[in-house]
Amino acid sequence: MQPLTNRSKQVVQKEMTFMERIYLPAILKGMAITLSHFFKKKNTVQYPEVKRPIAPVYRGKHVLKRDDQGRERCTACGLCAVACPAEAITMVAAEREKGEEHLYREEKYAAIYEINQLRCIFCGLCEEACPKEAIFLTDVITPVETSRNEFVYGKDKLVEPINQRIDVSKRQSWRMPEQQS
Amino acid sequence: MDAALLIEKIILVLVILGITLLIATYSTYAERKVAAFLQDRQGPNRAGIFGILQPIADAGKMFFKEDLIPAASEKWLFILGPGIAMFTACMTGAAIPWGTEIHVFGYTIHMQIADIDIGILYIIGFVSMGVYGIMIGGWASNNKYSLYGAIRASSQMISYELAMGLSIIAVVMMTGTLSLKEIAAQQHGINWNIWYQPLGFIIFFTCALAECNRAPFDLPECESELIGGYHTEYSSMKLGFYLFAEYINMFISSAVIASLYFGGYNFPGMDLIESSTLLGWLQFAALFAKIFFFIFVFMWIRWTLPRFRYDQLMHLGWKSLIPLAIVNMLITAAVVLFRNQSF
Repeated sequence: MQPLTNRSKQVVQKEMTFMERIYLPAILKGMAITLSHFFKKKNTVQYPEVKRPIAPVYRGKHVLKRDDQGRERCTACGLCAVACPAEAITMVAAEREKGEEHLYREEKYAAIYEINQLRCIFCGLCEEACPKEAIFLTDVITPVETSRNEFVYGKDKLVEPINQRIDVSKRQSWRMPEQQS
Repeated sequence: MDAALLIEKIILVLVILGITLLIATYSTYAERKVAAFLQDRQGPNRAGIFGILQPIADAGKMFFKEDLIPAASEKWLFILGPGIAMFTACMTGAAIPWGTEIHVFGYTIHMQIADIDIGILYIIGFVSMGVYGIMIGGWASNNKYSLYGAIRASSQMISYELAMGLSIIAVVMMTGTLSLKEIAAQQHGINWNIWYQPLGFIIFFTCALAECNRAPFDLPECESELIGGYHTEYSSMKLGFYLFAEYINMFISSAVIASLYFGGYNFPGMDLIESSTLLGWLQFAALFAKIFFFIFVFMWIRWTLPRFRYDQLMHLGWKSLIPLAIVNMLITAAVVLFRNQSF
C-alpha cells in the first residue's frame, strides 16, 4: 500500500537487543527530553493580568446604545428577540409619557429588556436585526457570577452609562449610519 | 545527664519530624511545579508569590472536605489504614544520620535520633510495615478497585523488597556494618559507595521507586484502571494522610539512598573546613542538597516514564532485578573475600 506520509514505519516483531532490554539507555534518553523542556519558555498567557489580542469584530457582552443626546435608542420592536436563535432576549414595551422625551428617542421604549447570558451564543444576529442601531456586541467578556439568576442581564447592566459611552465604531463600520437615522 | 539527653532527643525528634512534614508538604508543591515545567506549563502560581502558599491552600481544602466512611466498610480498619501508613512513614526518619554533630548554644547535638546498630534493618522493617497501611485500607474499603489496588501494592512491595534487601546486603558486606551512622562515616570525602556499587545503586533506586508506589510503578493507585486504587473510597484528611505518607516515604527513600550510596552528609573538600560548627551545618546542608536532588529525580522519572503493565512489573522484579542483585552480591562477596585474604 502506498504510504500517505514518509513517516510511517514498518512494524517488525524482532527480539529486543540487550541494550533495549535493560531499558536504561531509553529511559535516560526520555529523561533528557523532558529535562530539555524544563528550561523551555512557557507559552502560558497569565490571563487576568495579560490578555491576548482579540479580533476587532470580537463579539462579547451586549450594550444598549444611547443616541447623541443620551436618549435610549431601543424602541422595543422585538426584532432582536425574534432574530435570536437561542431565545435569550425578552422585553416588555411601554409608551413614552409626556416629559420623558429626554430619556427615550421614540414614542415606545423597552421598560424591561433582559438578555440571558447563559443562553446567548454571541452570534450577533440581534445587532444585525436591530433597525435602530440600539444593540451592539462589545469586546467585554461576560464576567463570572455565582448564581444563575445573575446571568440574566437587565437594563441596569445593558444600557450604556450616560457619561461612559461605549465605543462600538469598529462593529458599526460595515453599516451606513446616514441611512439608519 | 539523663534528663539533658532526654530533652535533647525530644527536641531532635520534634525538629526532624517537623522538617519531614515540611518537606513532604512542599514536595506536593514541588511535584506540581516540576510536572508543569517538564510539560511546558507554569504550575500553581496564584496562592502567594510563585504559588508558594499552595500547599497550605491544599491542606485547608483537605481539612474542610466531607469525611466519608462507606457504610459497608470495616469502620475501624478503614480509619486505621491511613494511620498506619502515616505512622510507618514518620518512624523511618529516626535511624538516618542527618549529620555528625552540631554545636548550638554550647551544646553538642548528635544529628541522629537513634544510633541503632541495625539501622538499615530497622528502616527496611518499617518500610515493609507500610504495606499494611495500604493493604488494610484497601481491604476495609469493601470496594473491588480498592482491593485490587491493595493486592497489587502488597505483591509489588514484597517482590521489590527482595531485590532491595539483596542490593543492601552487598553494601553491608562491603562496609561490614548495619549501622547507618557507620556506613555514612565510612564514605568520608568523596569515597562514596556509588563508585563501588553502581549496579547495586540502580537496583536499589528502582526498588525504592516501587516501594514508594511512585511512577512508573504506581500500579496500586493506577487511575486509568482502578479509579484511585487503594484510596478510592477515602476522602478528606484520610486521603491526605495516604498522599502525605507517599511524600514522606519519598523523602526518607531519598535520605536512605543518599546515606547508603552518595556519602550521606559527606562532601568533597570537607577536611579543609576547620571550624567544627561550620562543618556540622555544612554536612547537614550537603545531605539535604542530595535529598532534594533525589526527590527531584523521583519526580523527573514520574513525569517522563509511562506506567508499567502488571506482568511487566512482576517480570522486571523477579526475573531481572533479583538475579542481577544476586550476581551483584556474589561479585561483592568474592571481591571482599579476596581483599581480606590478601591483607
